[in-house]
Amino acid sequence: MSTSVASHHSDYTGAKIGMWLFLFTEILLFGGLFLLYAVYRAKSPAEFHEATKHLHLALGLSNTLILLTSSLTAALSVSAIRRGQKYWALWGIGVTVVLALAFLVNKYFEWKEHIGNGMFPGSPALTSLSHGENLFFGLYYTMTGLHGVHVLAGAALLCVVYVFVNREKVNQHSYSLLENACLFWHLVDLIWIYLFPLFYLVT
Amino acid sequence: MEHDTHPAVRNKTFISVWAILVALTMASVGASSVHAGTASLLVPLLIATVKASLVLWFFMHLKYERALFKVMLLFPLGTLAVIMGLTFVDTWFR
Repeated sequence: MSTSVASHHSDYTGAKIGMWLFLFTEILLFGGLFLLYAVYRAKSPAEFHEATKHLHLALGLSNTLILLTSSLTAALSVSAIRRGQKYWALWGIGVTVVLALAFLVNKYFEWKEHIGNGMFPGSPALTSLSHGENLFFGLYYTMTGLHGVHVLAGAALLCVVYVFVNREKVNQHSYSLLENACLFWHLVDLIWIYLFPLFYLVT
Repeated sequence: MEHDTHPAVRNKTFISVWAILVALTMASVGASSVHAGTASLLVPLLIATVKASLVLWFFMHLKYERALFKVMLLFPLGTLAVIMGLTFVDTWFR
């Protein structure tokens, strides 16, 4: 008896505060990398300017649109579950996961082309370029790589939430898990909002 | 069980925010094609900050949260601003 009471205990606000605290550590993790980018860019602006030309704006732009749209479907799924619309919530989560995978496929082709052109850290083609361009590509692989890992983690988390919603463990009355998973997903979008101009736009 | 005090956000609100985010993305691409020195660095970053604020405020529900959440967010952002500021003081004036 007592265990069943304990297992039903939940703290909605506490769970959300916990999620935000975790997101703060993520902000500071990526913040450190943004700081590194800012300082190196300030030290070698011309080389960074040259290196940006190696990246394809169209790929970066399409990935930006993919992530913005996935954030929309994630947000819609939270509203849907709160109205008790289980199938709309499942639709929202499903589309978000598909868009996350589309983002990663795009990223795969992008990295494949760079590596095919011999532009990977320590490669002869890259080390023959200036120090600044090497720093740019080092930061590019580190920051988009770490972000890519977050996309993968977010998609995996949303898959788990999908199963929970389908089994109605996550429902109109208890939706913390979906809401917090979506908070994580929006943070992944938020980080890309800064990565996109820094690597593809500022030329 | 404790719940949010506000009703579920309307789909229309989210779709409008998304449309603004897409429009701002296009605007930042347009702005970066104009080679205007420092401005072509700052304008896309300013647009990105507006976009990030929209995501935080609407998609991440900050608009509908109690003050505690809004104040909490100021701590990591403030910490980051101080670290960035102090590092640049060192980079520029060393």
